[in-house]
Amino acid sequence: MTHDKLVAYIRTSTRDVFTTMLGLELTDGEPFIKEEAPAPSDGVLALIGLAGRWAGSGTFSCTASMARRLASQLLMQEYEAIDEEVLDALGEIANMVLGNVKTSLEEELGPMGLSIPTVIYGRNFTTRSIGHSKWTVVPFSLDAEILEVHLCLAPSKDSAAGRLHRDQPAAFLAIE
Amino acid sequence: MPVDVMIVDDSAAIRKILHRVLLQADVPLGKVIEAGDGVEALEKLKTTRVGLILSDINMPNMDGLALLGALKSQEATRNVPVIMVTTEGSSSRVMEAVNLGASGYVRKPFTAEQIKEKLAGLF
Repeated sequence: MTHDKLVAYIRTSTRDVFTTMLGLELTDGEPFIKEEAPAPSDGVLALIGLAGRWAGSGTFSCTASMARRLASQLLMQEYEAIDEEVLDALGEIANMVLGNVKTSLEEELGPMGLSIPTVIYGRNFTTRSIGHSKWTVVPFSLDAEILEVHLCLAPSKDSAAGRLHRDQPAAFLAIE
Repeated sequence: MPVDVMIVDDSAAIRKILHRVLLQADVPLGKVIEAGDGVEALEKLKTTRVGLILSDINMPNMDGLALLGALKSQEATRNVPVIMVTTEGSSSRVMEAVNLGASGYVRKPFTAEQIKEKLAGLF
């Protein structure tokens, strides 16, 4: 699985979710490969695990103000603060974006499982994923704010491990 | 006659969106009952009858395909139409749902029109 293919799948899926469910048009940023796990200094991050013959993690992250805006677009009501509904909306956006990436990946990599999203909101937190080092990062911009989709994938050591337990954490997370 | 509908999805956001679409659709809508997973749905269906179920697939505790199988194995719910609304878009998952007796399949992200079209085919 190449970086370019992952970027193409992520861009197609993210644009599809944003135009169909949110009525928003994103502008593509310049994708890159990062050697560390996603680490926004603050904001909202939704994390989902993928498992199959290839396994890994994906995240969707943005600022708190962008998270409120996206939830408002999705649910057609205003949000003054980050609450359960905003976090749930961000988890569902991540689920749709990465779920459709997963569907594209399955054509080449075979069946994959998708975990239930975990959503984190805070400041000065970092994330680490054990066993993965290279992340494909695909940024988008919306009215000068940046949103990012990160994905790391690697061949599974044991294909039986592909049967991801739905409640299993997708990756180790450290909040500092 | 109004149709009571159950929405099964672990995302409160999606339940809210589907509820709104149902209100806009050309369906004689009765009560809308919500459940966060298959277990909660089956529990509520012990005491409630509905005429339509919209269900996600990827949920904790009991997923949508297991729920679909359980519904089709019970006399009381066997004939209730179930539409799957899910990010699971692979052909194998679609076929699995169809073989289990799903009446329709809508892939997320969806438009209100796509949901309304599926409902129009049922009512």
